Amino acid sequence: MASEKRVVFRSAWLPWVLVAPQAAVIGAFFFWPAAQALLQSFQQSDAFGTSTEWVGLENFQRLFADDTYVASFKTTAVFSVLVAGLGLSLSLLLAVFADRVVRGALVYRTLLIWPYAVAPAVAGVLWLFMFAPSIGIVSYALRAFGIDWNHLLNSEHAMTLIVLAAVWKQISYNFLFFLAGLQSIPRSLIEAAAIDGARPWRRFWTIQFPLLSPTTFFLFVINVVYAFFDTFAIVDAATQGGPGKDTAILVYKVYYDGFKALDLGGSAAQSVVLMGIVIALTVIQFRFVEKKVSY
Amino acid sequence: MKKIARIALAAPLFALALAAPAQAQVEIQWWHSMTGGLNDWVVDLANGFNASQKDYKVVPTYKGQYDESMTASIAAFRAGNAPHIVQVFEVGTATMMASKGAIVPAGKVLADAGYKFDPKGYISAVVGYYTAPNGQMLSYPLNSSTTVLNYNKDAFRKAGLDPNKPPATWPELVSAAAKLKASGVTCPFTTSWQGWTQLESFSTWHNTLFASQNNGFGGNSARLQVNSPLHVRHIENLANMAKQGLFIYRGRNNLGDAPFYSGECAMATASSSTYATIKKTAKFDFGIAPLPYYPDVPGAPQNTVIGGASLWVMSGKKPAEYKGVAAFFNYLSDPEVQAKSHQRTGYLPVTMAAFQLTEKSGFYKQNPGTDTAVNQMIRKTTDKSRGVRLGNMVQIRSVVDEELEQVWSGKKGAKEALDSIVKRGNELLERFEKANK
Repeated sequence: MASEKRVVFRSAWLPWVLVAPQAAVIGAFFFWPAAQALLQSFQQSDAFGTSTEWVGLENFQRLFADDTYVASFKTTAVFSVLVAGLGLSLSLLLAVFADRVVRGALVYRTLLIWPYAVAPAVAGVLWLFMFAPSIGIVSYALRAFGIDWNHLLNSEHAMTLIVLAAVWKQISYNFLFFLAGLQSIPRSLIEAAAIDGARPWRRFWTIQFPLLSPTTFFLFVINVVYAFFDTFAIVDAATQGGPGKDTAILVYKVYYDGFKALDLGGSAAQSVVLMGIVIALTVIQFRFVEKKVSY
Repeated sequence: MKKIARIALAAPLFALALAAPAQAQVEIQWWHSMTGGLNDWVVDLANGFNASQKDYKVVPTYKGQYDESMTASIAAFRAGNAPHIVQVFEVGTATMMASKGAIVPAGKVLADAGYKFDPKGYISAVVGYYTAPNGQMLSYPLNSSTTVLNYNKDAFRKAGLDPNKPPATWPELVSAAAKLKASGVTCPFTTSWQGWTQLESFSTWHNTLFASQNNGFGGNSARLQVNSPLHVRHIENLANMAKQGLFIYRGRNNLGDAPFYSGECAMATASSSTYATIKKTAKFDFGIAPLPYYPDVPGAPQNTVIGGASLWVMSGKKPAEYKGVAAFFNYLSDPEVQAKSHQRTGYLPVTMAAFQLTEKSGFYKQNPGTDTAVNQMIRKTTDKSRGVRLGNMVQIRSVVDEELEQVWSGKKGAKEALDSIVKRGNELLERFEKANK
């Protein structure tokens, strides 16, 4: 039955026509800018682009000669692991709970999806206000517990702040996919396990979690890409990479050097490096992690 | 129905007919970064000019914060539709100066249109900052501020200090801060724009070089010199204050302003343009004092350094449009307009005539402290103190922020951090020199 349903294109040109719009979009919004970035990374130009000089690999050499740039790899690694790890586990927990709720389920779900509508910069400012050393309500409460919150000078506090803001912002997205994944698991499977005497914890680990693995893998990739590329607005609004350079993740420096300091060559070189890292990570994920995923 | 339709059709036509004479006006696009009360000021300036003549119409547009509007203008220039006038902050000056094909010197625009531009009529520290080595004014200094010490007179009274005798020197400031702390103030002293106030202005105030080549005025080969014994002494002093809870760091850029407005911090080194906001929001008696100095340093106090922004004219426009720009700048230079702007915003007057007019009107007497900034700037400048004008200054400022934060948190010593500023800053300067030969 299934094989009869398969569609076969007999025409030579129709598939190309059907693929063309998507190819055009990818070409215009991915390959063209990526090629531009690659080209600019070998150049050095003044801000107005009136004089452009070919400098070869100098932009890259300068980057890796800069200790603070090399140090920001570690910052980025810590940040991404925390954001992806915390983001995935928290939203899975929330999705499992929301899946069990019967009464008022819609309200809970709406509330959980809400943060996704907030722009990253707004999210950054929101958390910044709550944790502002002198006026924030959270830092005020923390003082009652004897914690002197100061993300302006304490690196751990600053890292905690941007991780919280980045995770909070991404939780809704993860939550949506986890909830949809959980709801697509046949009820009969879980009910059968319950009749056999499996407790909720066991039902989750032996039935639901394995069946969620494709969703989890997809979200893992998305979250890593999110932590690498989409978080500069949060950093800019909350800590500006400080104190020192302790929260200056790689993408923040790309943004800062390119858009604020107008160093296009240096910024392009960094974005090429970042692109390389993400391509490498994606390859690793699909070659090694995906083997553990059962579709 | 038909009648209504006809009226509906005729109305826009009629509006068009009315607007037709306006179309004949030459439009001058002006991109700026002024928000709140300062935006009202900018709009009033444009309206005032538009009402004063019929040939030109200046259209001000808010384009984001200083760094954003500069980036926007550069992108627009690259795309071939730059505005006529762009407001650029002082740290962008060297970048604008270096881009020779992109801008037309403001002095040339004025001279070409037949206006007489006499540099002597301008306050030299202000106009000197935006002047090329050959004496040509490159941009029009619209809003220049400088660094001052704001202090809370109520907190001073409570701590048993004389509210009319603000600390004039750093040792006096330290002992005042200690007394304020003893009286229960949680934040005796803070600063905004730490690089500008504690290193750039600090250097010129003590007639000590911030960078070689007269702080960059002599050419693009300038290199930082902020690890001198005097600089180390000052940063160490502040670090000690931080350790004792006398100096509380409240963040980069102007984040240090808000805790002063709210009354949390009793003293703050800040831009003189905070005057308008303090006057509007502060629920306490406040005073404005000159920046403190070290009395044993010869030449101190000299003069402070300017901040704020200036107006740059972009290249590639029609001659008639440049005439309009010149007429607008000429309008801005009018002593009445100038003096009003100065009194309204806390920015410095650009011309001597405007300063004298304000003095004559009795404004400084009625608003004590408002002349502090002017007095700090009108003093004669030396080659070492004319200002700080370096390439890649935006990045250098953030290197300074990063390194000083390490000092305030106790991770680095003053000397180590200042050495690092010099090393990292010089790499940026070398690159600027290379890219702008």
